[in-house]
Amino acid sequence: MAAIDLSEPTSAAPKSGFFAVLRRNVPLTVGLGLFWLAAMIIVAAFADQLRPYNITAMDLSSRLSAPGGLKHLLGTDELGRDVLSRLIQSIRISLVIAFGATLLSAFFGTLLGFLAAQFRGTVEHLVLVLADFQAALPFLIMSLAVLAFFGSSMLLLVCLMGFYGWERYARIARGLAIAAGAQGYAAAVVQLGATPARVYLRHILPNVASTLIVSMTLTFPEIILMESGLSFLGLGVQPPETSLGNMVGFGREYLTRAPWIMLAPAIVIMLTTLSISLVGDWLRDKLDPTIR
Amino acid sequence: MIRFVLVRLFRALVTILAVVTFAFVVLRMSGDPAQVMLGPDVPLESVVAFRKAWGLDQPLWAQYVAYIKAIFTGDFGTSMRDKASALHLVLERVPATLQLTLPALLLKLFVGIPAGVYAALHRQSFTDRGVMLAAVFGFTIPSFVMGLVLVLIFSVILRWLPSGGQDTWVHGILPTLTMSIGGIGILARFSRSAMIEVTGQPYIRTASAKGLKWREVVWGHALPNAAVPIITIVGFMVGSLIAGAVVVESIFSWPGIGRLLVVSVGNRDLAVVQCILLIVAAAMVVSNLVVDLLYGWLDPRLRSQASGH
Repeated sequence: MAAIDLSEPTSAAPKSGFFAVLRRNVPLTVGLGLFWLAAMIIVAAFADQLRPYNITAMDLSSRLSAPGGLKHLLGTDELGRDVLSRLIQSIRISLVIAFGATLLSAFFGTLLGFLAAQFRGTVEHLVLVLADFQAALPFLIMSLAVLAFFGSSMLLLVCLMGFYGWERYARIARGLAIAAGAQGYAAAVVQLGATPARVYLRHILPNVASTLIVSMTLTFPEIILMESGLSFLGLGVQPPETSLGNMVGFGREYLTRAPWIMLAPAIVIMLTTLSISLVGDWLRDKLDPTIR
Repeated sequence: MIRFVLVRLFRALVTILAVVTFAFVVLRMSGDPAQVMLGPDVPLESVVAFRKAWGLDQPLWAQYVAYIKAIFTGDFGTSMRDKASALHLVLERVPATLQLTLPALLLKLFVGIPAGVYAALHRQSFTDRGVMLAAVFGFTIPSFVMGLVLVLIFSVILRWLPSGGQDTWVHGILPTLTMSIGGIGILARFSRSAMIEVTGQPYIRTASAKGLKWREVVWGHALPNAAVPIITIVGFMVGSLIAGAVVVESIFSWPGIGRLLVVSVGNRDLAVVQCILLIVAAAMVVSNLVVDLLYGWLDPRLRSQASGH
């Protein structure tokens, strides 16, 4: 797989200045994506301060009012609840779930992959069987079964979503660790008497981290989609709490009379997953030498 | 080669067994079906009778053994609600789901792959960028949003197509479209990067250098090599033909497997949920197995690797 790149990168005389550097290195779409993601993170972090109303505050006199009004910028839903406020809270909930789940799955996947690479034999087969199992059962189907029978709670939802995509990290980490083991640097530190934990954490992990980070940018939007899909089916985040998928699910009932209830969260989901994909692709080109 | 096939077959069987166990553990441990089916107000005798009738009074391991035995004799249990064979209930719904997923699969293959290959061969061109942007849009829009937006446009505003039901083939248009758009995007992107990876390889340079026409290089050398990664994705799509429509069937109230699953999960109809889990997993395992064997056939390097450990 070792492709040798013969073309030397041509370097023009670089202009200094933060924005010049930024413009040269970041394409416009990626810049917009980064901007949107930053905005989303700020919204999620300061949801309590940014929200004009409480998410359950009902204004029965102005039910299903159209967006654009001064009082309710994005309109109201069937109970007169402010769509903007609910949207802000939904962004926070959906991002928290997706973020927690991505970290969980990256952590356990990488751990299992490294264990498989270190011990080989039975451990490796066990990890591979688990990965096969995960690949054999479509995630949505598995989550449906688990959530419906155990009932939905925030913690269970994060843990369940944390199972999403772990097998990918495991496969990647295992493959990369085995490949790294055959390279000089890992063998050298083993010869120097480093413990396996030290070899993996201090030497192999930094060398494979870029590929793992790229995988995280791939699973993150998928987890957002998975959570919103489950919430849409009524099995994810439960009312009175709200999430993006949950809002779309309830907005569906008012598709003809008040499409904004469903469109507002739908657009946020779209732009967020789109941004992560664009930024992730760009990161992959920058970070991952094996793809080029 | 025989060893390779046997190893793969064994792993497929173990996977199926893992799924069977998972289904059993999750569904049995999570609550008492007798309570759910009969409600809280029934007398104790009928709860006991129900448990006895369904074997729920046995210890868990005995239920498990009985369950495995039944599965291997082709008995998937009876629906607790309809008193009909679970397998029968599920199989009855398969054609409806396939009516959506098969045309969707064809659309994905015949639009997605050519678009991706074309984009790769015209890299950095206007078309390439257009195709890739459309592809990214295609797979970042969740199917339930896509479905609702299509309904909003074609059923509510234009009034051209029905928004739900299964009466005529016209009813299938929106669900099929909804389902295929994401897959088209994924396949286009995947085929593009596979093709780009392949066309950068030295053997392509060699093939061009020895004077082959570009068309021959693409068809004879690039495409067969790019096929290996593309087949993985296609295999996954084939495997999810049965289960790939849960959300879309719910949006368009299409009476397929997905609807049945959502409804049965709501009713805690254990036998039906287990049966669906098993059939879905079996479809996935079989298609993964076929993909693995195809790999071995397409790429001899993987074959020797697999029998190596």
